[in-house]
Amino acid sequence: MAKKFEINEIEVWDGNYAASQALRQAQVDVVAAYPITPSTPIVEGYGSYVANGYVDGEFVMVESEHAAMSACVGAAAAGGRVATATSSQGFALMAEVLYQASGMRQPIVLTVVNRALASPLNVRGDHSDMYMGRDAGWINLDAFNAQEAYDLTLCAFRIGEHLDVRLPVMVHQDGFTTSHKAQKVNPLQDEAAYKFVGDYVPVDEMLDFTRAVTHGAQTEEDWHFEHKAKQHKALMDSRTVIEEIFADFKALTGREYKRVETYLLDDAEVAIVALGSSVETARLAAEELRKDEGIKAGVIAPRVFRPFPFDLIRDVIDGSPLKAIAAMDKSAPGGAMGALFNEISAAAYTTQNRPLITNFIYGLGGRDFSVEEAKRILKEQKAHADAGHITTPIQQFSGLRGPKLGFFETKRS
Amino acid sequence: MVEIRWHSRAGQGAVTGAKGLGTVVAATGKEVQAYALYGSAKRGAAMNAYNRIDDKPIINHATKMNPDYVLVIDPGLAYTDDITKNDKPATQYIITTHLPKEKLIARIPALQDKTDRVHVLDAIAISKETIGRSMPNTPMLGALMKISGMFPLDAFLESMKKVLAKFPQKIIDANMEAITRAYNEVK
Repeated sequence: MAKKFEINEIEVWDGNYAASQALRQAQVDVVAAYPITPSTPIVEGYGSYVANGYVDGEFVMVESEHAAMSACVGAAAAGGRVATATSSQGFALMAEVLYQASGMRQPIVLTVVNRALASPLNVRGDHSDMYMGRDAGWINLDAFNAQEAYDLTLCAFRIGEHLDVRLPVMVHQDGFTTSHKAQKVNPLQDEAAYKFVGDYVPVDEMLDFTRAVTHGAQTEEDWHFEHKAKQHKALMDSRTVIEEIFADFKALTGREYKRVETYLLDDAEVAIVALGSSVETARLAAEELRKDEGIKAGVIAPRVFRPFPFDLIRDVIDGSPLKAIAAMDKSAPGGAMGALFNEISAAAYTTQNRPLITNFIYGLGGRDFSVEEAKRILKEQKAHADAGHITTPIQQFSGLRGPKLGFFETKRS
Repeated sequence: MVEIRWHSRAGQGAVTGAKGLGTVVAATGKEVQAYALYGSAKRGAAMNAYNRIDDKPIINHATKMNPDYVLVIDPGLAYTDDITKNDKPATQYIITTHLPKEKLIARIPALQDKTDRVHVLDAIAISKETIGRSMPNTPMLGALMKISGMFPLDAFLESMKKVLAKFPQKIIDANMEAITRAYNEVK
């Protein structure tokens, strides 16, 4: 029996510590990890809780992130509640096994502290790792601050382990900006948190020796497609479960989460769409623009990046007064438009209201994103809205030094 | 909104100091941020830590700030860091140095039009004499309390005792003495 951890009603925690406390409170059975900056303190925290008797679990030291996720898959198939953490290069090394975990329907929780991918080597936050894993078949939740990193990690166990879902879940938070920034957090007490998460219900666990099962079998053209289609359907169908669990969480804590968060959007003419901590900075920019310059600005933020909230993005845009949207991608798109731009544009295209949408690549390798810059971008959207067409290149770079870089002119008039 | 920027060397306790301040302030019901940029920084490398304090939730996640207080806890950094970066007409500077204030200002051109907003103390000497090693973070907090008037000394000492509760009594007592001395000695 694990010891109770002394927790105050208000704590000052950074995102890493908040996530590690959530892993402890969920009484994770196995964490297999190969620590990497900036997510190290999450698994370091879990290790110390094990060593000091605050969690009844196993910390497995491995030789790489590939091995870490492999051990997680094994422990999950054996029938345990399993979690780990990683970032950047570690995430990249896990990539192969991420697909194994989702295909084998193991509800592992991976707390990802988002960090740039080399080269050049960089330890700061951007969304390269998040974007790299977006088609890996995991549910992806995105926290914008430390409180949310805690809340969503607790929710992640409930969502992934739900018998109608049975999928692994990533909980993303921004490297340093969230992971290393201490803010006020209202945690649950241990009993309340564990009661919310609930006992782990194993499915086809390998440690049930009375019933032999196979995990990770081979299927060729005869069955592979059906498996992958079922997996995709499970992801799509998880939308309602996610909403139910967010509703339960709100009933318990008063803190409300939606698959798409919107701020100041009801009458907004222009908006920023973003992920991570930038969402909050953009909110402040929208508030100030409304107060100081009378610009009706708002913010749209996918809380659940996968399954992508195509439905809710359409609902937000359709019939709204939105005229121009800036889609912000914090990952180098490698010769394309940014992923968020593409997905938002696709959703908007199927609505009656097709706002002007431009793409900003920003924040790579931890480049600072200021309120002033968010305001500048929103004001640029206002200029598009007033002109009735896009007045700049469709893809631009925000916060980049040197000559201005942009691609593609609009063909709409 | 009150914004504070720490200039420190990795290992001098700026992050601990910023988080300690955050914990003390949060207990009064205010909202706080305490953050730092490090990671690749090795012990001894110049680094910044930051605090934001406000009555309402703080949603600005930009690293850049226009500090109300600049706390320099390593004497050398007053010369080599851009300590007046993004400052405001009312920014207050608290600098650890063994020099008298006038001598320090004479050597740092950026401070010469800010003489009434520069405050000095020898946080290194105070920490060596009280805590027994160079750990200028807690004395700097004592000086900040004096200059900012954020909390009365007694209330701040009580709060810091809770922050330091995991340490042995001897270390808590030494830190209380360091804070008190810094509060009284900052000029």
